[in-house]
Amino acid sequence: MRANRTLEIGTGLFVLLGFAALLFLTTQLPASGLKLGGAKAGYHVTAEFDDVGDLRVGSPVTMSGVRLGEVSAIRFDPKSFKAVVTMRIDPQYNQIPEDSFASIQTQGLLGGKYIGLSPGGSDTFLKNGSHIDQTQSAIVLESLINKFFANYASSRGSGEGSAGDGQGKPTDNSGKAESHK
Amino acid sequence: MNNGARNNYLLEGLRRLGSVALFLLQLLAQSLPAFARPDLLLKQIYNAGARSLIIIMLSGLFVGMVLGLQGYDLLQRFGSEEALGTAAALGLLRELAPVITALLFAGRAGTALTSEIGLMRATDQLTAMEIMAVDPLRYVAAPRFLGGLIAMPLLTAIFSVIGLYGAQLVGVQLMGVDKGVFWSQTQGSVGLHDISEGMVKSVVFGVACSLIAVHEGYHSEPTAEGVGLATTRTVVASSVMILLLDYVLTAAFL
Repeated sequence: MRANRTLEIGTGLFVLLGFAALLFLTTQLPASGLKLGGAKAGYHVTAEFDDVGDLRVGSPVTMSGVRLGEVSAIRFDPKSFKAVVTMRIDPQYNQIPEDSFASIQTQGLLGGKYIGLSPGGSDTFLKNGSHIDQTQSAIVLESLINKFFANYASSRGSGEGSAGDGQGKPTDNSGKAESHK
Repeated sequence: MNNGARNNYLLEGLRRLGSVALFLLQLLAQSLPAFARPDLLLKQIYNAGARSLIIIMLSGLFVGMVLGLQGYDLLQRFGSEEALGTAAALGLLRELAPVITALLFAGRAGTALTSEIGLMRATDQLTAMEIMAVDPLRYVAAPRFLGGLIAMPLLTAIFSVIGLYGAQLVGVQLMGVDKGVFWSQTQGSVGLHDISEGMVKSVVFGVACSLIAVHEGYHSEPTAEGVGLATTRTVVASSVMILLLDYVLTAAFL
């Protein structure tokens, strides 16, 4: 009887662990799944961006490269056609000027996006529910490349007209360096 | 002479394949009746699953940690160490967790199954059951087969989760990848289909490993040497089957 009891407890533990792991994998890993885990302390501020790129919930919010909090929600505002990003900022950073500037930046060249805050000069500080007015959207690499090629084509066109190969070469080199990125 | 020997090998291989296939059908036929004795099944789930927990968790942790180290080293060369979570999660869920769990299972539980049933065969316990009109397939083979089949996906899920935390431990705590980035990148790139791919693999591996282990034991030579040989064959055949099936399944899923 006693051996049977430990056997049942052991099996129960194993099955419980197994299903807990399965539950974790299916609900917590895919972004569409429901999120458990209580809300962390801190205050929330919002900002509107024209383009968030691949900013995601959980992406860090930093100032001077130090992590202050993270993105807690991203939604689309159908009236202004902008993305409204809600950020959770750790409670100890409660003296961020109200007119701070939020921009979406990229970690490394191909890395994930994050929000960088640069301080403004105001004496009033961001608090729960505040709105950051000055924002800069994510830089999309494709549009950057498009812009570059448009510039390159027009400068090449004019370059050939006036000075020929001599001026064409340097732009050609920088073009290669840029496209390698 | 040479030709004849080759023919014998061929025939022997064919016979073995056929006997495994027939055995699988017999086991499947006895599987439903085996649920009528949940105590036997419970004992096998305990043997195959619960007693493999420690080794699975330990291996999962270290595989995840190595993945964290190697992944970080590789990804930071391209300046994209934020993708570490994605790399670790997809690598674990789709490949490493099912395969390594199955290999460990073959070594840890498969050998135990083979030698146990083989010893029953060698000591005429199976014959005794048959004489008493007790079907050893139903009371010995089927519960062990089902126990392995049920344990494998659960072990794989546990391996995945522990491995992911191992990767997180190294990537975030040691290498300084941002924790929020690690998880948000992971959640952004892992879909339910990745998880189901791993689960389907682990079920197939569970069938293959348990089938080979039970079959080898059931049909082992009733001698001490025969049981030893059967145990060796279980490990070799299971490992090869796992890797072979893994390729086939991966190709089917991609």
